[in-house]
Amino acid sequence: MSERRIELEVLRYSPERDREPRFQSYTVPCLDEWVVLDALNHVKDHLDTTLSYRWSCHMAVCGSCGMMVNGEPTLACKAFVRDYPDRIRVEPLANFPIERDLVTVMDDFMEKLARVKPWLIPGEDKTLGSGEHRQTPAELKRFKQYTMCINCMLCYSACPEYGLVPEFLGPAAIALAHRYNLDSRDGGRAERQEIIARDEAVWQCSFVGACSEVCPKHVDPAGALQQVKLASTVDWYREHLLPWVKK
Amino acid sequence: MSRRPYVREMPTTHWFLRQPRYLRYMAREVTCVFIGAYAVLLVIALARLAEGREAYEGFLRALGSTAGIAFQVVVLAFALYHTVSWFSVTPKAMPIQRGEEFVPGGVIIGAHYAGWIALSIVVLVLAGVL
Ligand code: FES
Repeated sequence: MSERRIELEVLRYSPERDREPRFQSYTVPCLDEWVVLDALNHVKDHLDTTLSYRWSCHMAVCGSCGMMVNGEPTLACKAFVRDYPDRIRVEPLANFPIERDLVTVMDDFMEKLARVKPWLIPGEDKTLGSGEHRQTPAELKRFKQYTMCINCMLCYSACPEYGLVPEFLGPAAIALAHRYNLDSRDGGRAERQEIIARDEAVWQCSFVGACSEVCPKHVDPAGALQQVKLASTVDWYREHLLPWVKK
Repeated sequence: MSRRPYVREMPTTHWFLRQPRYLRYMAREVTCVFIGAYAVLLVIALARLAEGREAYEGFLRALGSTAGIAFQVVVLAFALYHTVSWFSVTPKAMPIQRGEEFVPGGVIIGAHYAGWIALSIVVLVLAGVL
């Protein structure tokens, strides 16, 4: 097994000690199959126990290890060191306040996510005893891609609109609202439209498309947002030109 | 332990210089200025036409001058970039599901080009060129 020495530059920030973040460099002997998260774990285990960062699954499922790797929002557990030069710069996810070292404050995202009601709001009243809400494979496929979201927030970090206008509801939350709106079992679209078809929501998006480029699960939030814009526009015309037609 | 989250501000004026993908986005957005400029040119053409034959012929001569041709070439280049970049993202905004499968993106993009060509032919026929 080949070993390679890399310089890992990590943005550190201690709310007790530092006025502002600073870079700290570690020399890490990396194995060929290591990801950036392994290098961080090596630092934590052998070089500097004070380093703080989030992770859990080590397999791109939990969504907690998002960080900037050489300026790009990335899952540290999916970023192979062999794909990077000898100097790797790791920073906390852009567009989020830094809590400590690589740990960001994600309250804003959590609040926005809950706001879009990302759960099934049944379209028909059905008692538990009357059986399951059935769905065809085609109906499932309609929204399946959007269920892959792991809430890693890379899309928020890549989105310049969110960086410039923090009120923006953002890619993942709107994509998830879209996921439930597309679900044949759901009847909550009108409620969600109140939240997502607004200036500081979907209309804040100018289709930079960066969210979809960095998404580790190929959710394509940018596509979802454009579809929401189209559907909302159709709603508007319906309401104003054909007010007598019931939805 | 005290909480004192550190906020990194995004530069409001030159944020798009940070990433090549932001620059590509800006390039796409800037094309609309040239599309707008050409629309203004068309309005001027109408105004000259309303003024009479002489004014309109003067306008046509201006179009044929070096500066006029240079302007049109530049606008055409930006209009092409505008069209190609927007057409290429149409499958994202308008996915079409047939049965279980989604229609391939290439078909949706192709349909846009076909529509473009058809409309252009209609315009050329109306203009008496074809
Ligand atoms: S550690 Fe779970 S996604 Fe990276």
